[in-house]
Amino acid sequence: MDFETIRKTDEERQAAQLSEAARESFTWEQAGEMLDGLPEGGLNIAHEAVDRHAAGAARDRVALRWLGRDGARRDLTYGDLAQETARFAGVLRRHGVAPGARLYLLAGRVPELYVAALGALKAGLTVTPLFAAFGPEPIRMRMEIGEADVLVTTAALYRRKVADWRAEIPSLKTVIVVDDDAPEGCLSWTAEMAAAEPVEGCALTDPEDVALIHFTSGTTGRPKGVLHVHQAVVAHAVTGRYALELVPGVTYWCTADPGWVTGTSYGLISPLVNGATMIVDEAEFDTERWLDILAGEKIEVWYTAPTAIRRLMRAGPEAVEGRSFPQLRHIASVGEPLNPEGVVWGQKVFGMPFHDTWWQTETGAIMIANTAAMDIRPGSMGRPMPGIEAGVVDRQDDGSLRPCAAGEPGELALRPGWPSMMRGYLGEEARYRKAFADGWYLSGDLAIRDADGYFWFVGRADDLIKSAGHLIGPFEVESALIEHPAVAEAAVIGLPDETAGEIVQAYVALNPGHSPSAELERDIRGHARKRLGPAVAPREIVFRDSLPKTRSGKIMRRLLKARELGLPEGDTSTLETEDTPARSPAP
Amino acid sequence: MTRDELQSLFIEELTRIAPDLEAGSVGAEDHLQDDLDLDSMDIVGLVASLHKRLGVEIPEADYRELETPSKAADYLARRLA
Repeated sequence: MDFETIRKTDEERQAAQLSEAARESFTWEQAGEMLDGLPEGGLNIAHEAVDRHAAGAARDRVALRWLGRDGARRDLTYGDLAQETARFAGVLRRHGVAPGARLYLLAGRVPELYVAALGALKAGLTVTPLFAAFGPEPIRMRMEIGEADVLVTTAALYRRKVADWRAEIPSLKTVIVVDDDAPEGCLSWTAEMAAAEPVEGCALTDPEDVALIHFTSGTTGRPKGVLHVHQAVVAHAVTGRYALELVPGVTYWCTADPGWVTGTSYGLISPLVNGATMIVDEAEFDTERWLDILAGEKIEVWYTAPTAIRRLMRAGPEAVEGRSFPQLRHIASVGEPLNPEGVVWGQKVFGMPFHDTWWQTETGAIMIANTAAMDIRPGSMGRPMPGIEAGVVDRQDDGSLRPCAAGEPGELALRPGWPSMMRGYLGEEARYRKAFADGWYLSGDLAIRDADGYFWFVGRADDLIKSAGHLIGPFEVESALIEHPAVAEAAVIGLPDETAGEIVQAYVALNPGHSPSAELERDIRGHARKRLGPAVAPREIVFRDSLPKTRSGKIMRRLLKARELGLPEGDTSTLETEDTPARSPAP
Repeated sequence: MTRDELQSLFIEELTRIAPDLEAGSVGAEDHLQDDLDLDSMDIVGLVASLHKRLGVEIPEADYRELETPSKAADYLARRLA
């Protein structure tokens, strides 16, 4: 904690949406008043995000300003969004898709993706966003687990990543491609939208009806489908207002892709519920482009990720020269802990520090944050949001939890009961129950709480890897690696990386008849990239004659990591097979 | 090194970072992220290997000059001139 606390001025405190007094008096019941509810009773996210604004003074306000990769621009007002989503609900009805069906999204950041998500919620479907840069295998696996009924994608993505195995998912009846021409067995978005009869209003969903299913990786086994209900919108509304300063009409840019939970909770639902104008950029990260957007689109609130912040920092002060950001008033970060240098850099370049936030797919919304009125301790994730009780605990042998003292590292835990808490893992009751103990939800993140109630991230309690803001399960990567004919065993760990936080590294032991070589390393890596996509596949593969294993045959990833980093090896009493390095391939 | 040699070298490094691609099937005008599916961390890795190979320091602001093998070859030729 070598960095000085960044003090907020009285003016900044007064301008903040969340004052200390509001924090003290907060109740979830009162927070629920930010929402309208359906006119006939019930609660639907799409009504709160779109229809209620379209029916009022915000009808002509821009809800979504889309910036195309090649300079195209498209504005959708709240009124437009209401019409388009009603039309898409009509498409679903026309094809006999009933409420409760599961719609998957697999596309880049195009306006149709947002319309499809909201239209599906309107029609009472559940929505599952997938990351378009996933390879075919993570996509197939997630659609199989969730028994997808409808897929909205593009013709190119369909041909490259779905067509080959579509028949293996018998539940998948309807595929809509966001193009004029559809491949065989698919419907064209353009034609369907033109032909559809708009369906006015929202399906009468109950607050506890499932609305979103987000997949997240586990250390073992298949990815987990995290269930979120319409009631989650209460937390989306409140946290957007209090942690991100989203107020009606504010120009807001969330850089996350909707394929991940941030891009849905804060790149779609929260800004619209709060009546913001959200900027959606189709292109990938580019220093100049991003700084141009910040200045040119007059962004007022910016929610981005440490990997991008570190890349902007690397571009140096000259990249920012000649630009000013007078409209900017709040900048925040999520995905992995933002290093203190990044927090302070914000102050130097934008005149305000980055406000780090912490939450997970399972929590559905921001749980711990540096809010605008708070003094910032660079490197800290901040303090729990109002309505959230967070603790640091130590798991005891008898299954109970011991609260940790201030400054003592332990597992970050939350008291269940907030509106956006997951309601289950799809079809996996036992795994869901394991996430709770002794009256707490256990996050799997290790943290410290200091004497003043600020939380500090320490690491993961398990083997999950956080790379460029994405949570990657080693098991999924290992499974793809051992499908390669040369690979007998694989172990995957995250290694520290100055840009991405962590990068995925794999260790493999080869089958008889294969020997390490640079060509084989590339071949295995190429195989993994084809199966998994670049964000998930290992960036480097190291050959080993054998991998360290316990007596029960479990590979000790932790030990590989400790050895790679020269850290203490911890308890190795269960170690049965030593790992032995193989001759490394030529670089 | 000629511009063509630089383009071949660029494609060679590109396929080292992304071995799911075959050098022969990468077109000079293919966009690294849109057509060839590289992600932004791949680009960071590619820049590091070009630095190693050619000794050229490529600042963040110039990454867009590497969008396609053809643009990259032009850029590298300029930088090495």
